[in-house]
Amino acid sequence: MTSTGPVDTDVAIIGAGPAGLAAAIALREAGVAGVTVLEREAVAGGIPRHCHHTGYGIRDLHRFMSGPRYAQRYVARATAAGARVLTSTMVTGWTADGGMWLTSPTGRRELHASAVLLATGARERPRTARMVPGDRGAGVFTTGQLQQSVYLFGQPVGTRALVVGAEHVSYSAVMTLRHAGVDVVGMVTDRPHHQSYAAFALATRVALRVPLHTDTRVVEVQGRPRVTGVVVEDIRTGHRRTIACDTVVFTGDWIPDHELARARGLVMDPGTLGPAVDADAATEIDGLFAAGNVCHPVETADVAALSGRAAGHAIAGWLADRRRAARRAGVPIEVDESFAWVHPQRASTTADLPRNKIILRPRVFASSAPVRVMQADRCLWEGQVRHLVPTRPASIPTGWLARVDPAGTPVRIESATRGTHQ
Amino acid sequence: MTFAVPPATDAEPYDVAVIGAGVVGCAVARELSIRGARTVLIEARSDIGDATSKANTAILHTGFDAKPGTLESRLVARGYTLLSAYAARAGIPVEVPGALLIAWDQEQLDELPVLAARAEANGYRRTRQIGADELYAREPHLGPGALGALEVPDEGIICPWTTSLAFATEAVRHGAALRLESPVTGVSIGDDVTVVETATGPVATRLVVNAAGLGSDLVHAMVGLEGFTITPRRGELIVFDKLARTMVNHVLLPVPTKMGKGVLVAPTVYGNIMLGPTSENLDDRTATGSSEDGLAFLRSHGRRIMPDLLAEEATTIYAGLRAASEHDDYQISVHPQLRYACAGGIRSTGLTSSLAIAEYLAESMTEALGLSLKPMVHPDADPQPPRMPNIGEATLRPYADAARVAADPAYGEIVCFCERTTLGEIRDALHSDVPPRTVEGLRRRTRATMGRCQGFFCGAKIRQLLTAPDSSTMAPTARNNEGTK
Repeated sequence: MTSTGPVDTDVAIIGAGPAGLAAAIALREAGVAGVTVLEREAVAGGIPRHCHHTGYGIRDLHRFMSGPRYAQRYVARATAAGARVLTSTMVTGWTADGGMWLTSPTGRRELHASAVLLATGARERPRTARMVPGDRGAGVFTTGQLQQSVYLFGQPVGTRALVVGAEHVSYSAVMTLRHAGVDVVGMVTDRPHHQSYAAFALATRVALRVPLHTDTRVVEVQGRPRVTGVVVEDIRTGHRRTIACDTVVFTGDWIPDHELARARGLVMDPGTLGPAVDADAATEIDGLFAAGNVCHPVETADVAALSGRAAGHAIAGWLADRRRAARRAGVPIEVDESFAWVHPQRASTTADLPRNKIILRPRVFASSAPVRVMQADRCLWEGQVRHLVPTRPASIPTGWLARVDPAGTPVRIESATRGTHQ
Repeated sequence: MTFAVPPATDAEPYDVAVIGAGVVGCAVARELSIRGARTVLIEARSDIGDATSKANTAILHTGFDAKPGTLESRLVARGYTLLSAYAARAGIPVEVPGALLIAWDQEQLDELPVLAARAEANGYRRTRQIGADELYAREPHLGPGALGALEVPDEGIICPWTTSLAFATEAVRHGAALRLESPVTGVSIGDDVTVVETATGPVATRLVVNAAGLGSDLVHAMVGLEGFTITPRRGELIVFDKLARTMVNHVLLPVPTKMGKGVLVAPTVYGNIMLGPTSENLDDRTATGSSEDGLAFLRSHGRRIMPDLLAEEATTIYAGLRAASEHDDYQISVHPQLRYACAGGIRSTGLTSSLAIAEYLAESMTEALGLSLKPMVHPDADPQPPRMPNIGEATLRPYADAARVAADPAYGEIVCFCERTTLGEIRDALHSDVPPRTVEGLRRRTRATMGRCQGFFCGAKIRQLLTAPDSSTMAPTARNNEGTK
C-alpha cells in the first residue's frame, strides 16, 4: 500500500516532465478526480525545457516541435485537463506511513495519496561519477548543465570544446555548443561506432567538421583553474594524446534519478538501475508505480510521454478495481548478454505498453539480429530486430505476453547474434 | 552585519599579520582578535580554507595514534576538547561514530595491543579490542577476512569547511582584516615594524605569524630561517553517493604505516561515504589533481574493505595536499628577535588541533614576543561564536524545518536538489561576513552542486545566483502554482 490513512489526492505524480504530465492527462481523461503533479523545478516541463532543437512530439503528439514548445504544450494540456501541477515543490522523502514529505516555498508538509507514480526521470553521469581523474578546472559540463547555461541563462561557456560520447544527446550537445559560438574540436566514444542516426553523424562530421574518435576513452582532464586539455587513449593501440580544449561536455551515460525509489526500498533492476516494474508500470509495492526515464534511461521525450500515458491508464484501472490488480501475476523477464536491460522487468497480461513494445537496450552493434523470447523450452516469440546499437532502443512487440505462463519460470529474451561487442 | 570591533585598517601597523587563512591561520586570527590584537589575515587564494583545509578526511581525531610526547600529541588531544565544544556552540556539523581500527592479518592483529598502549601513552584510555564476530555484527558490509579491531569510541567526523569559516567569521567580527588573493612575496623586518609584501600591496605589522601551510617553509625562509622543508603529500579520495551511507557505521581505519594513517572508509557529516586517502609525496605544491593510479589504488583497497561500496556511484573524486615536513612533529616556534612565530608542518591533524595551536601560539607570543592580549575567558563564557549554516545531516536542515520555511519561504525553495540546498541558504552565504567569490566557495558554505548530479540540474542556476545575486532569480517563486486548475 501507499498511504494507509486518509488521502489528500487520488494520485500523486512525482515529476512534471513528459512522463509525469502525460500520466496526469491520461488519469484526468479517465475520470480520476484528484491528480497532483509535484515538480521540484520552478517551471514544469522537464528536460525538454532546455532542449532547443526540434524533433519533439513525433510519436505522441504527431507533431514536430522544439523542446521548450513541447514542454509548454504538455504543461498546458495537463492543467487544462484539471491536474494540479505544483512547481518548486520537492518530494524529499517518505513518511513512515507511506506518504510523502514535501518542501516548497509555501511550507513543509506531508502529502498522502492513494497511488503514487514515480516519474523522476534520469540524469547524465557527470565526470566524477565516471571517475575521470585529473585537475578540477572549470569548464566541465554535462549536456543538461550546458543547455541550461546557454538557453536559460545565456552564460558564456568557453571557446574550444570536446564532447565525450557519441549518442543522440551528444549530437544535441554539439548543436548547443555551436549555438553558443563554441568551436567543437571533436567527439570521443569508447565504442567502435557512433550510436546515433547516420544522418546526424555524417552532418556533424562533414558539414560541421567535427571529428569523431571511436574506440577512444578519456583518461584525464587537465588544467586549472580552467581546463586546458583532455588526455585520450586509443583503446586498440594504447596510444595516448592530449586534445587541447577549454571545455569538456560529458554527454549521455544516463542514470535514473532513483533516490526516492531506493529510499522507499523498491527492488531495483541491475540493468536500468531504476525500479523494476511490470507491464502496468507497477512496482512490487501495491499502489506505487513508476514510468518514464526513471525506468528506461533514456528514451526520447515522446516515448517517455507514452510510457507515462500507459502508466496513467494502468493506475486508473488499479483505482477502479484494486483487487483484480492485486491478483496479477508477475513472471520476471530477463535478457541474455546481448542486452544491458529490458523494460518492463515483469510480465503482466494487460500489455498497455508505450507503442505496444518491450524496450531493450543492446550491448552490441548488429544488423538483422535474430531475437527470441523463451519461457523454459517454450518459444513465445521469434523474430528479427533490424538494428542493435548500444545506448539506443531496440524493441520487440508485446503480443507474446498473453502466452506467458503466469505460474512458469522467468521469461528470457535472447539474441543469437554475433554482434560487435563494445 | 554588525562588528563587535571596528575593522582594522592598513592606516597604522597591525599588531599581528597572520599569513595563511587555512584552518590554523583562521584559528590564530580568531584567538588574537578576540583577545584584542589588531590582526590582519593574509591569504593567497580567493577564499579562506581553500587548500589543505578543504580537502582532507575531515576526521576529528582523539590523537590516540599520535607519537607520544610530541607537541602534536598534546595539541591534538587539547584541540579535540576545544573544537568539540566550539563546534557545538557554533553549529559546525560533528558526529562521533567512533572508529574501528581493523586488523586484516595476524601481524596487524598483533599490532592492536601496541596501538592500545600507544593510546594510553597519549592519555587516551577508552580503546577496546573486539573480535571478528562483534566487528561483523557492527559493520555487516565489511569485506571478508578481518580478524578483529581496536575500537576508538571517540573518533569523530567534522565539517572542515564551516570550521575554517566559523573561525574566520569570528575573527572578522572582532575586527580582523581579511585580505584575500594576496600571495606573500617577501617579508622585511625593521626595528619596530615588519612589512609583509603581498600581491595586493604591503602590509605593515609589528608581529608575523606564519600559518602558510604548504608554503610555510617558504615564508620561514623569507624571514631568514631554515629548519624544515614542506614535501606536499597528496591524498586522493573518492566520495560515494549518499545512498551508500547506511552501509558504514564507524570510521574504518587500517593499521597505520610509516607513510601515514592508510586508506580509510568513513562517513562524512554531509551523509556520504569517503574512501581514501592515497599518500604520495610530490614536488609540486599545487598538484591537487587526482590520478589514474591513485583511483585504481583506492578502488583495489575499497574492494577489500567493503566490496558493496564499490557498486555505488561515486559522487566526487578529489585530492588534497598535506603540508608534511621531514620532521615527526609540528614545526611551531617563536623568534623574539624577528618578532615572528611559525606554525608550519601541520599535517592531517591540523583541523582537530587548530584551536589548541592558536591557544598555544597566543601564550607563546605573550611570553616571548611581548604581545599584550586580554585573557580568554572560560570557553563556555566566551563571546557567542557565529552560528554556522547547518550543512550537516545529523541535525535538521533548513529545507526540513517547517517553522523556518514558514517564517521565510526562501528556505522552502530548494535550488540544489541532490543536496537540498535552499535559496535562503545561498542568499545568507552571499550576504555573510566572509562571502564566497566562486561557485566552489559557495559549495563549501551551502553544499550546493556538491551532490550526485554535479550541477546537471542546478549548476547553471547557481552560477547565475553567484554572478547576479540581485536579479529576480533571488526571489523565491512563492506562487507555487497552488491555484492552477
